[in-house]
Amino acid sequence: MVTRPGRAEHVVDAPLTPPSSSQGLLEVFRRRYLLRLLVARELNARYAASFLGFLWSYINPLSQLFIYWFVLGKIVGMEDRVPGDFAVHVFCGLVVVHFFTETFAAGTRSIVRNKSLVQKMALPREMFPVASMLVSLFHVGPQLLILTVVCLFSGWVPDPVGLLALLLALAIAMVLGTALAILFSAANVFFRDFASAVGILTNFVRFGAPMIYPFTLVEERFGGFAPYYLLNPIADAVLLVQRAFWVGATPDPDATAAEHLPDHLFLYGLGGLAASLVVLAVAQAVFSRFENKVPERL
Amino acid sequence: MSYPDNTSIVVDGVSKEFTLRYQRTLKQVTVALAKGRDISDTFKAVDDVSFTVEQGESIGLMGLNGSGKSTLLKLINGIMRPDSGQVLTRGRIAGLIATGAGFHPQLTGRENVFLNAAILGMSEAETKRKFDAIVDFADIGRFLETPVGNYSSGMFARLGFAVAIHVDADVFLADEVLAVGDRPFKKKCLERMAEIRDSGVTLFYVSHAAASVRKMCDRVLVLEKGRLAFDGDVGEGIRYLKYEDADPGNEPDEVDSLGDEELGADI
Repeated sequence: MVTRPGRAEHVVDAPLTPPSSSQGLLEVFRRRYLLRLLVARELNARYAASFLGFLWSYINPLSQLFIYWFVLGKIVGMEDRVPGDFAVHVFCGLVVVHFFTETFAAGTRSIVRNKSLVQKMALPREMFPVASMLVSLFHVGPQLLILTVVCLFSGWVPDPVGLLALLLALAIAMVLGTALAILFSAANVFFRDFASAVGILTNFVRFGAPMIYPFTLVEERFGGFAPYYLLNPIADAVLLVQRAFWVGATPDPDATAAEHLPDHLFLYGLGGLAASLVVLAVAQAVFSRFENKVPERL
Repeated sequence: MSYPDNTSIVVDGVSKEFTLRYQRTLKQVTVALAKGRDISDTFKAVDDVSFTVEQGESIGLMGLNGSGKSTLLKLINGIMRPDSGQVLTRGRIAGLIATGAGFHPQLTGRENVFLNAAILGMSEAETKRKFDAIVDFADIGRFLETPVGNYSSGMFARLGFAVAIHVDADVFLADEVLAVGDRPFKKKCLERMAEIRDSGVTLFYVSHAAASVRKMCDRVLVLEKGRLAFDGDVGEGIRYLKYEDADPGNEPDEVDSLGDEELGADI
């Protein structure tokens, strides 16, 4: 080794590795501290210079709830077909659907929005869609709180099976939302059309889940095709949240569950989760393949 | 292929190609296809470059605007992956590339220091330990609790710089860093970089300023249109480039290089 006068010897005990080696999502979890700060930055920035601040995370879902409850419950008369409180029925769906669509939409835009970081810093780029998902997840908290309070007033008692149903539903929305966010965030770099397409897709999701109509209506109209409807993991997740809250808040929970929930709901839910994990693996593979071209295309 | 233990950076036959797009929209692509024009063209920003760097070497990377310096630095930093060939590095890489990237205008200086440090790979404990040194170096006084959106461009740059320069690294990359900041700050930065170099860290310094390269580096690489045109002694490298040598001891005139990073990055 050449010795250089006036310089200390600095021995590096590490192997020679490609600097861009990326383990994708694993790397994201390894850098949890950064992830936490990115999520905090997103949350702080969203409500900065706003008088109502975090109250907006209550106001937005409540306003949507009011519209669905009034237009579909009162005007269309969906109320008469659903036992218990129609607002609770809608809200159960809204929690999952809102979480999923927010993750999907914000995640899709996340890489383009964080352009300056993506172009200049060596970070695992899956960080940004994952951070978008966590920001959306953060907003689920207040909604669950509202739901719990309302249900308690209707005589709902928490039960372990319901809790499991809720966790399974959130896991489905989380995994599928992250998977699609990762996939579309990369696609959006190449063609910004994808962000617009996501707007359309989320609309399908909103009406493709038994949120503003009961599942019985689907069975009634489609009969033998209803099981195919349940192949949509988000529909399963919505039904699982309804199992967790709405069913227990109706006058006769057992009758409601028997009539308004499909058989083998948990089986469908677990299947949906498995399918979502497969989509996540595919999304990660596609993302790693195209990631290389991302910085130059931004 | 194996390399000796004291190898810090290996760049082996590395090329990076960029796609230049003429047409992007459906309408444009249709028209171009109808007229038989190319719808895309490629451009080699880095073309078959090879060299190795020993731990503790101080390399000056020079070349005209658009010669591929920034791209090469991005490949070494791991922001981009080469299309062919391989880049290997040993240990932690840090550097003054895009200092202040990721600063959020609505967050205060303090919050941004923590965020930026985390982006650069520092842990919470490490940031806390170095926080006073960082703030001291940035010298922004009571503006620390003000949102950085209200900072002057000099203060913004100083804070970004202060964070980046405090990352413990084995390889330190510096790209056209002294374009902002006043004279005393530039001087402070060069002194700090010399300290980093003297501690045995591999330094990779991109600059147009012959005087500061002469002062900082013991080997020069010159890129010409993406190819490695020169690799060797500092004085010869500067002569190779036909850069007028400033009087030794003068402050480097970094103002000339303003905007080069943008140019290099956009190609």
